Amino acid sequence: MAGAKEHGGELSCQELVELVTDYLEGALDERTSARVAAHLADCDGCADYVEQMRATVSMLGRVETSSLDEVALAELMAAFRTFHTDQRG
Amino acid sequence: MRLLEVRAGTAAPLGAGALASDGMRDKELVECLRRGDEQAFAEIVVAWSPIMVRIARMHVSTDASAEEVVQETWLAVIQGLPRFEGRSSLKTWVLRILTNRAISRGLRESRTTPMSSLVPPDGAVDPNRFHSADESWPGHWTPLGRPAPLADDPEGSALAAERRAALVAALQCLPERQRSVVAMRDVAGLTSREVCAALEITPVNQRVLLHRGRTALRTALERLHRRGEV
Repeated sequence: MAGAKEHGGELSCQELVELVTDYLEGALDERTSARVAAHLADCDGCADYVEQMRATVSMLGRVETSSLDEVALAELMAAFRTFHTDQRG
Repeated sequence: MRLLEVRAGTAAPLGAGALASDGMRDKELVECLRRGDEQAFAEIVVAWSPIMVRIARMHVSTDASAEEVVQETWLAVIQGLPRFEGRSSLKTWVLRILTNRAISRGLRESRTTPMSSLVPPDGAVDPNRFHSADESWPGHWTPLGRPAPLADDPEGSALAAERRAALVAALQCLPERQRSVVAMRDVAGLTSREVCAALEITPVNQRVLLHRGRTALRTALERLHRRGEV
């Protein structure tokens, strides 16, 4: 079928989007992985989709969070010390 | 004994490999902690807390409450160490305590904050974006449904920060288990093995949860970009 060929072989785009995570995780068997790769080489829509998934993951990795401050760390050290002193005593 | 020196305070996800506490070393570490070795305790607190805050923050509504959850977790670790049986690694055990506490704290908070009132993003890709079975090229993107490349947000820009915040809000709307997996894998940078161990799930289950979570967040991100273009 010419249409399917143009879009990259036997996998449809709708099937591919459900395989993306397993593909990125390296969890697909060799044959399926090759089918995904072949589809991606031929289909800009799916290539952009995978790129969007990668962008999402990379953005999550860049989320800024706070960290424990010196006071909190000192409190934890004190709690650890007290616990062990009490245990010995 | 000397553990790896790992600096805290970085916003980047920490490669968990450097901290993987395996086999003998984990046993030694637990022994040191039980003996009251303050340096050993200080080192794991400094090394693991940044990851823990990142994970906790995805379940609770403020930085302050994420920090509190992490502090409470360490206190529970201090108290629980004498009874720790070593059936999992120390880090796994710590992450499990953290996750349970963060989730229940989040549940308490969501009753009082509008967090859960945000519209949850859809999991799957809208089927209308693909040609239907009775059209040519069934299952392939329609011209309108086809994804477009996302414009790059200049790093450090207000827009980038705004979109990250919106992404976190979307993450917080995910079902609990998806949220846990995405927080640990993508926000905190843990390996799938570590996540499976901490959440006591199979690798297949972990991937399913990761897939659903990431797919929903991709949808949310795409919507943010489309809204930005209008």
